[in-house]
Amino acid sequence: MATPQVTGDALASNMLAPPAANRSFARSRERALPFLLLVPSALFLVIFFAVPMVQALILSIHSPDGAWTLQYFERMVRDVNFTDAVRNTFLIILVAIPLQFLFAIVMGLLLQNKLRGSSLFLYFWAIPLAVSDLAAGLVWLAIFGDRGFVNSFLRTTGIAPIAFSWLSYENYGTLLMAVVIAEVWRATAIVMVIVVAGLQLIPPDYMEAAEVFGASRWQRIWHVQLPLIRPSLQVALILRTILAFQVFAVVIALAGRAMPVLASEAYNRYGELNPNGAAAYAFLILTISLITTIVYLIVLRTSEEEMGQ
Amino acid sequence: MNKLNSRPLWALLGTILVVSLALAGCAAPGTVPTLTPPTAAPAAQPAGATATLPPPTPNGGIIFHSSQFAPVNEAETMRNVILKGAPMLVDFQPQATGPYVDIPLAQQKAGKITIAVIGGQHGDFPAFVNAGLLDDLTPLLEKLSDRGFPETYLTLGKMGTDKQYYIPWAQATYIMAANKDALQYLPEGADINALTYEQLTEWAKAAQEGTGQRVLGLPVGPQGLIHRFWQGYLYPSYTGTQVGGFKSPEAVKMWTDFKELWKYVNPASTNYNNMSEPLQTGEVLIAWDHIARLKAALEANPDQYVTFPAPAGPAGRGYMPVLTGLAIPVGGPNRAEAEQLITYLTDPKTQTLVAQNLGFFPVVASADTSDLPPGVKLEADAIATLQGSADALPALLPVGLGAKGGDWNKVYNDTFQRIVIKGEDIQTVLNEQGAVMQSILDEVKAACWPPDAPSEGPCQVK
Repeated sequence: MATPQVTGDALASNMLAPPAANRSFARSRERALPFLLLVPSALFLVIFFAVPMVQALILSIHSPDGAWTLQYFERMVRDVNFTDAVRNTFLIILVAIPLQFLFAIVMGLLLQNKLRGSSLFLYFWAIPLAVSDLAAGLVWLAIFGDRGFVNSFLRTTGIAPIAFSWLSYENYGTLLMAVVIAEVWRATAIVMVIVVAGLQLIPPDYMEAAEVFGASRWQRIWHVQLPLIRPSLQVALILRTILAFQVFAVVIALAGRAMPVLASEAYNRYGELNPNGAAAYAFLILTISLITTIVYLIVLRTSEEEMGQ
Repeated sequence: MNKLNSRPLWALLGTILVVSLALAGCAAPGTVPTLTPPTAAPAAQPAGATATLPPPTPNGGIIFHSSQFAPVNEAETMRNVILKGAPMLVDFQPQATGPYVDIPLAQQKAGKITIAVIGGQHGDFPAFVNAGLLDDLTPLLEKLSDRGFPETYLTLGKMGTDKQYYIPWAQATYIMAANKDALQYLPEGADINALTYEQLTEWAKAAQEGTGQRVLGLPVGPQGLIHRFWQGYLYPSYTGTQVGGFKSPEAVKMWTDFKELWKYVNPASTNYNNMSEPLQTGEVLIAWDHIARLKAALEANPDQYVTFPAPAGPAGRGYMPVLTGLAIPVGGPNRAEAEQLITYLTDPKTQTLVAQNLGFFPVVASADTSDLPPGVKLEADAIATLQGSADALPALLPVGLGAKGGDWNKVYNDTFQRIVIKGEDIQTVLNEQGAVMQSILDEVKAACWPPDAPSEGPCQVK
């Protein structure tokens, strides 16, 4: 839009032409800069996310003989493990995520309150961040296995001389508990880091003002800190939920075939040389994640006025 | 307050960034992101493959793509023991099932094949043959005429055509192993080398009563080979077939008996991918598995275990021999060296080396297996006993299912899941799963394979 204007200026005066051209060049370069800076990440997203996503969608509705079909989705829904996989995935999310947030917020507040050695605790609590999913699963397998630490402890202390199968499909409750504990242990750290970052963004004046007006510590947490870290919590919630829909390695390590989840079913289909079936599961996970994200964005929307209060 | 606390946070974030960059750097080149479940067998890191080899010679190492010897320890033995004596530098790249099939097919589509030799078991090859990926190795086989391959194995390698798609490489099978502590519970009068499924059930029951634990173990984990137990052991033993009698009254009896047996199976079995580990920890005292997946336990403590053939049912003692083979892709690189590698791997001396170190047995007559390590010797003895059994009934791996092999295994796994874990009605499940089975057979037009009688047209599920 601005270009004809600039060209007009340039034509108007020969004397002024060169500087004007320079200026317009500089201006358009300035305008282009943000887009140029966005190019690498946009390219990255397109090549490594958008393209595979489209490929996965095509794979899930296109059979090898070239026909468009919904048979892979039909087979997925009719599969013997489908209902279990959906139920298990949602159960893990419903139990683990609230626990993760509860722990993360408590840990964040403790750190923020500058207790003795709190910076040491930050490092300590962040250790699981550096542990891969599968390794975390194996650690907890060593704890809950038939010959694991828990059973050894129970045996040596004489509490339960006969080993209890915590991870057996017959004991769904303890199996779920073990998976949830492992998930909470593994993924609370990332929520905590986001919460701590959010807490640190709160200007100290707010807390001081609340203190001056006689707010108790609990009131300060409830009425000042928690509302102000809502945007951070929203980000953490979206991140954690999307990742939780993909929960895989921890479950595979702890439960094997005993607790199918959506991602493990996708992996199994791929292992059975059925990439179309795997793509159908992948697409289901993507759709659920998208819907959840949109719901979160709507439900947890923080208006600017609210932020300014 | 903020200033004090923000420093550790930044330091922490910085540390995480540095560590993750470092990790990404280590993992980047050529790593296939294959998730390997805990005790599972598959996929060593291809990145490690190049790391353990000497620096590439000017003509580079030739790529040996394999579905066999994928567990890390086996892959390392392949690289450091078996392939060390090869006349050329070999980049051994074992893969899990999915990538194993995908990589060569993707390379074929891209028109740039980097794999020189493909090693796999019989059932792995149809997917490649169907895609026209494998070359006819008849000329090479002629050069290897002194090897003395059994005629049946060469016929299997033709995949029902007149072309030699693969050259036999090594053979294996599945056996049972028991901790000697369990022998005291063996039912009276039972001969461990000639057990019946009924006696196995009694044994497992007595062992549970004696130890207070369910000590029979089966590899039902995500990477376990339990489907071979139903395909090659239970079904042939009860029905004399693998396909034909899938939903027959004999099959109903079989699943009824198996449900009874399952009462004494350690429930953690759904997490076992190989039986070596639970045998070694003592969680399991009696186990069935592939010889390669029992080997670690037997080798670690050969005096503690006995090995014996799987039980027999009313129709015989079903067992499944596993044949692995070597193939060369059409248009692959380093053709001469690829042929040399196959020549080397089928050399009687290399075959002996594989038996001694990896527990897969020779396919060539002249290989010397007199000097085996005690653990492998245990396995060889059980196989000899099995093959000497009057009622031995060999059941082949599925033939001609092509890329449907995975779906095929799923039929058996789903049948198990529904009947045994979920307790659904046996005949109903067998009818429904039998229909799925028939649709696979019809789709790929697969004729029956042993122990089923040969068929005209697609094999029929009855």
